[in-house]
Amino acid sequence: MLTLECPYCGLMADETELSPGYEAHLKRFGPASSPEEFEAYMFARKNPKGVHFERWRHSYGCGKWFLAARCTATLEVFGTYPAQVGEPPADIIAKIQARRPEWKAGWQPDGKDTK
Amino acid sequence: MSTRLAKGGRLIDRTAAVEFTFNGKRMKGFAGDSLAAGLLANDQMLVGRSFKYHRPRGIVASGPEEPNALVNLGREARLEPNQRTTTTELFDGLEATSQNHWPSLEFDVGVINNYAARFMPAGFYYKTFIHPRPFWKHVFEPIIRRAAGLGKAPTQGDADRYEHAYAFCDVLVVGAGVAGLLAAKAAADTGARVILLEQAPVLGGRAPVDDAQVQGKPVEAWLSAMEADLAARDNVTVRLRTCAAGVYDHGYVLADERVADHTPGDGRPKHRLWRIRTAKVITATGAIERPLSFAGNDIPGVMLAGAVRDFAVNFAVSPGDRTVVVTNNDSAYQTALVLKAAGLEVPAILDARDVVTGALPEAARKAGIRVLTGHAIASVKGGKRVTGVSVCLQAGEGAVTEEIACEAVAMSGGWSPVVHLYSHCGGKLNWDNGISAFVPDPMRPPLNHDGSAMVECVGAANGDLDLSGTAPAIPPVWVMPQGAPIKLRLKMWLDYQNDVKVSDVQLAAREGYMSVEHTKRYTTLGMATDQGKLSNINGLAILADALGSEIPQVGTTTFRPPYTPVTIGALAGESRGDIFQPLRRTPMHEAHERAGAYFEPVGLWRRPYTFPRAGETHEQAVHREVVNTRTNVGLLDASTLGKIVVKGPDAGRFLDMLYTGVMSTLPVGKCRYGLMCNEQGFLSDDGVVARIDEDTWLCHTTSSGADRIHGWMEDWLQCEWWDWQVFTANVTEQYAQVAVVGPNARKLLETLGGMDVSKETLPFMQWADGTLGGFPCRVYRISFSGELSYEIAVPASHGAAFWAACTQAGKAFGAMPYGTEGLHVLRAEKGFIMIGDETDGTVIPQDLGLDWAISKKKADYLGKRGQERSYLASPDRWKLVGFETLDGSVVPDGAYIIADGTNANGQRNTQGRVTSTYYSPTLKRGIAMGLLKHGPTRMGDVVEFNTVQGGTVKARVRDTMFYDKDGEKQNV
Amino acid sequence: MKRYSVFAIAREALRYHTGWERAWRSPEPKASYDAIVVGAGGHGLATAYYLGKNYGITNVAIIEKGWLGGGNTGRNTTIIRSNYLQDSSAAIYEKARSLYETMSQDLNYNVMFSPRGVMMLAQTHHEVRGYLRTAHANALQGIVTEFITPQRVKELCPILNIDGPRYPVLGALWQPRGGTGRHDAVAWGYARACSAMGMDIIQNCEVKGVRSENGVVTGVDTTKGFIGTKKLGMVVAGHSGQLAEMAGFRLPIEAVALQALVSEPIKPCMDVVVMANTVHGYMSQSDKGEMVIGGGTDGFNNYTQRGSFHHIEETLRALVETFPMISRLKMLRQWGGIVDMTGDRSPLISKTPLGNCFINCGWGTGGFKAIPGSGWAMAELMAKGEPGPLAEAFNMWRFKEGQFIDESVAAGVAH
Repeated sequence: MLTLECPYCGLMADETELSPGYEAHLKRFGPASSPEEFEAYMFARKNPKGVHFERWRHSYGCGKWFLAARCTATLEVFGTYPAQVGEPPADIIAKIQARRPEWKAGWQPDGKDTK
Repeated sequence: MSTRLAKGGRLIDRTAAVEFTFNGKRMKGFAGDSLAAGLLANDQMLVGRSFKYHRPRGIVASGPEEPNALVNLGREARLEPNQRTTTTELFDGLEATSQNHWPSLEFDVGVINNYAARFMPAGFYYKTFIHPRPFWKHVFEPIIRRAAGLGKAPTQGDADRYEHAYAFCDVLVVGAGVAGLLAAKAAADTGARVILLEQAPVLGGRAPVDDAQVQGKPVEAWLSAMEADLAARDNVTVRLRTCAAGVYDHGYVLADERVADHTPGDGRPKHRLWRIRTAKVITATGAIERPLSFAGNDIPGVMLAGAVRDFAVNFAVSPGDRTVVVTNNDSAYQTALVLKAAGLEVPAILDARDVVTGALPEAARKAGIRVLTGHAIASVKGGKRVTGVSVCLQAGEGAVTEEIACEAVAMSGGWSPVVHLYSHCGGKLNWDNGISAFVPDPMRPPLNHDGSAMVECVGAANGDLDLSGTAPAIPPVWVMPQGAPIKLRLKMWLDYQNDVKVSDVQLAAREGYMSVEHTKRYTTLGMATDQGKLSNINGLAILADALGSEIPQVGTTTFRPPYTPVTIGALAGESRGDIFQPLRRTPMHEAHERAGAYFEPVGLWRRPYTFPRAGETHEQAVHREVVNTRTNVGLLDASTLGKIVVKGPDAGRFLDMLYTGVMSTLPVGKCRYGLMCNEQGFLSDDGVVARIDEDTWLCHTTSSGADRIHGWMEDWLQCEWWDWQVFTANVTEQYAQVAVVGPNARKLLETLGGMDVSKETLPFMQWADGTLGGFPCRVYRISFSGELSYEIAVPASHGAAFWAACTQAGKAFGAMPYGTEGLHVLRAEKGFIMIGDETDGTVIPQDLGLDWAISKKKADYLGKRGQERSYLASPDRWKLVGFETLDGSVVPDGAYIIADGTNANGQRNTQGRVTSTYYSPTLKRGIAMGLLKHGPTRMGDVVEFNTVQGGTVKARVRDTMFYDKDGEKQNV
Repeated sequence: MKRYSVFAIAREALRYHTGWERAWRSPEPKASYDAIVVGAGGHGLATAYYLGKNYGITNVAIIEKGWLGGGNTGRNTTIIRSNYLQDSSAAIYEKARSLYETMSQDLNYNVMFSPRGVMMLAQTHHEVRGYLRTAHANALQGIVTEFITPQRVKELCPILNIDGPRYPVLGALWQPRGGTGRHDAVAWGYARACSAMGMDIIQNCEVKGVRSENGVVTGVDTTKGFIGTKKLGMVVAGHSGQLAEMAGFRLPIEAVALQALVSEPIKPCMDVVVMANTVHGYMSQSDKGEMVIGGGTDGFNNYTQRGSFHHIEETLRALVETFPMISRLKMLRQWGGIVDMTGDRSPLISKTPLGNCFINCGWGTGGFKAIPGSGWAMAELMAKGEPGPLAEAFNMWRFKEGQFIDESVAAGVAH
């Protein structure tokens, strides 16, 4: 039963107030994209056992989408931030690195950074 | 025999007698008794039968760990199977019956299993009942099923009610023994909001039974002072009879409060389920005593030493005149002293340890009790109750040194800290060699959302087995005697309820079921209703020994919630019957009810399916409604239709991305039909869009799609195009909407009067604001039936009155309400698609011949790229056409169109399927739409739909417009 | 392998069961094998079993990170049915169901397949139409199903409340030869049979890396060292993404938690499996007497084998409404598993970008019922290097082309 801080409301929201939206920071590929790009956009998911960036909506609160950095193995939450960003804010990255020194930044949509 | 002692009993009120029945036999107890105490006070040693061998079972424990003494409590709509007598408070009129026997508790045919036990070791059923094949389902399994199970299956719903409650705190303390009380006070002193939960009806835990003094004060005085102290604080809440059942992630704790179990029928909810969010959990859940494994340790009268003590001190119940104590630790000596002090006999204390010197053993010796060190029980004598024990040396193989007659055996194999709550969310344990038990590892606690330790254990739950924190070591004694031969091990029970014996675990290990989880599942050890509270550690130890391994290496099985079983009704809460789910009602709902509507659920809405009249079938009613709408005028409550306002400088641009067509060019005052696809390209919703003003559009969605589509819009606006200036608002419930449909529709509106709804002023696919019959409204000239049709939106608060006005005004024109099924038939006659019928999540607009609603000019829209994928762009896709059966019948719902031959997996090939099929009362024949491979090029072909009976229905391919192809009726 | 039978039990009883041999060996790994299957769950063990039985490939190791059968095989609700809508799903689930019919005899291990019948309740008109569609599809797929009336529903399952105020039962899709099996026994029976064929089941051995040369797999690095292989089958459900990453490719998979629970045991009161998808819950009664209950998945990635509690509440609310008599039973135990969900919720049985490396995963919430069919198809794929008709549609490239196998289009989503 997760609690996540809604970065708009500034309060800890219970999971029952929230709707999950899976992987964050996906880059949309439209009509001009290659089959591989489009497939990756639609289906190739990071699914890490560890630090994961994901989308949540405060559905039964302010209705805003926000993003969360969370560990899928322990369910620890490193932080939440507004959805209107292209990449995780530096303070979130710093918080993750403080608690997971071995972690390498892994949010880029093409997945190249995880190798 | 077990009896009530003349004096004592700290929890009972001897002035308040209570009558109850067990298997119909009337018995007497006192207020304050547990049912188990009441049964023992009436010499009811035999209380049930075990699961597999149907062996006689007596009360073994005094708390929620009890595996044996489970009863059917109550009757009919208040029948509760598997109720633990040890935690059931006795009340006047309580009815209990014993379980798992036939025909009676005393004489149980199932006990034949006991005599055949040798042929039924762990896992025997995996090795037999294999042939002949049909026998498993029809012969063997039914026999096993009848023999298994425990309590009686209820046959009725529940006469009681349950409620849910929320609580929030900084520190949740579980267990109000001394450790829990101290933890709660310490937390409260810091100003924290504290909740203290105690599963028992009283505070104090084991202290009032086991300790004379706490912090230098007499125990009862200390407890009263503590209770008063906590009660006086605003920041502390104490809840008795409340069991913390489970700890979940991020400080979520589930607790079950037994509000009225002991006062049934008093109008209060039976249970209250607490959902608590806490920053920190402190468990002071104590420890559970372990049985010892000796032959015959399951015979009624063999009890945990602590339980014997509890029954004597709390309820003044004696398990028998003579009790032999057998132990590997000092705590059981207290039992001997308590019994002695009550004037009962303790013929001997058999202590497996060779040297015993502690204060308690000395006190026992001083009290004149015979202490035999290095001794063990070779076997217990008796059948349905204990008659004596054979004594042997612990170090030997069971040669009997003497026999002692007795009525009860009090055993203690040590204590296991209750680490369940610590473990539910992944807290790890260490094996403590000092007390031979698993204890929490504070370095590997369950983690909270911020990575901090979520649960901390104190007191006995943390391995500090007495208040001094200096409890003597408890050496491991897993089998008694140490070298017991197989014949004894066959009689040593580990899991009393499931009939798992030492020999079974050893067999599992021998057969390679070496993981602790394999052993558990193969033998069913620890899978009984006590979930291994008594048996797990003993079983692990036997397994470790059999594998030549160590207990920590073998590890434990996973601790899963709940700690003790929780009534399902309590988990379900208030949401039953009519309020099972929230109900959405349109403003006209009551009018529909008065009109006798038959409703169907549409999401959480209920919509009239049809309005049957007396003597009409639903089908007849639908046909009448359709015909009337086509010939006179019909009224449809369209309020559930989704209505989303999209507004802002970039709204047009946004809608052009959302819809396959172009919405930005829609002139103010006009309406346009639009399709929405998901990014895969599959059609997800449709509806009419109206341009309200330069910056504002109103998007209609399907009834079940409104919330989803609004969420979808917000998703794109917030997460992808967040720099676009667009607002959305879901105004579905702000408006009631009535569709006035049919040749007389305009006349009806003109009767209401107030605005010009003529063809010239309000042509097809336009809208206008105005008033009708005095109601402020917006009128859309749109049609989902092919008839002259207006959809009129009024503020929701006017909905009921407006509906009534339409009904009244329509009387002169033959107006009748129609429901969703009529709507379906009307639209199918016109070949209009319905989301959910023509679409199923795998259909693209192009499949449905809706290319006209897809812009070819736009560079992008949601789903465009997906639709370009090879499989979606294939010319071989199934496409929408109409069908007419050759014989005029209705194509069966769900039928497929067969093709020649079979595929590589032997399945009949298909080339299409029906998507909508109805009897058309207008055309007086069956009509259907469906998807057919290359459909639009096959007009006139005859295809065959399959039927589930195996036959086929022949139908001719045609276009989908069955009625008024030229649209003359809707354009009048 | 000594045969199990009632005579063997009688013989052993005379010597107090001291003569039983190990159901399977637990050897150390050899340097290399003809084939390695990673994952000793039901699907992995079945793959190995049919590699041996159907193709004579027995120089096989099955590598398991934990204990065999310890993943979703040992934590599901044991439902077996094949009343699927899409042809490719129906084919493999029906193959599986038919293999379950004779599994106890094939393996000489009683897996307690009990074809007591599975019914999926229709509680909205939309659901009625959906199940009628499935019934018509099944009729052409050779799967025996029937759409039955509410009265027949009540006869088959008297404890069901068919007249609930919110969602009265309008009918049901009934598969009389669906049912349940004993989940652990399936894993154990396959393990015993694999071991008897000479295969090595290596438990407590975690794969740490996948090695390849020239785009072809050569072996795996494990916690017990490097083990060479000519062919590699990855059958690890929730951890497929991790393993694929080691092999250098990414999967259309997300791991989420699915939960289930059992009640305390009671005497027999329900002899069918009931699934109620409108209200989201399903229930059957085990041979022990427990009501076995399953619900929905969480919507977020999770590897903890713990789910969010509100799903349990929702499921129980639904089931109390459907079966009012369970209200006074008690929840004995709840647990979670990690299920691997693909983009279309249908599985992958597929070649991969790495040569001689094959994947079988993505069974989501419905894996147990597929075990023998999945193993059968995966063994064919591994043995021949190309998919047979059962596996063909489940290739991992279908997503690129948009060729979904979407079962959610039928009203049912739960398993």
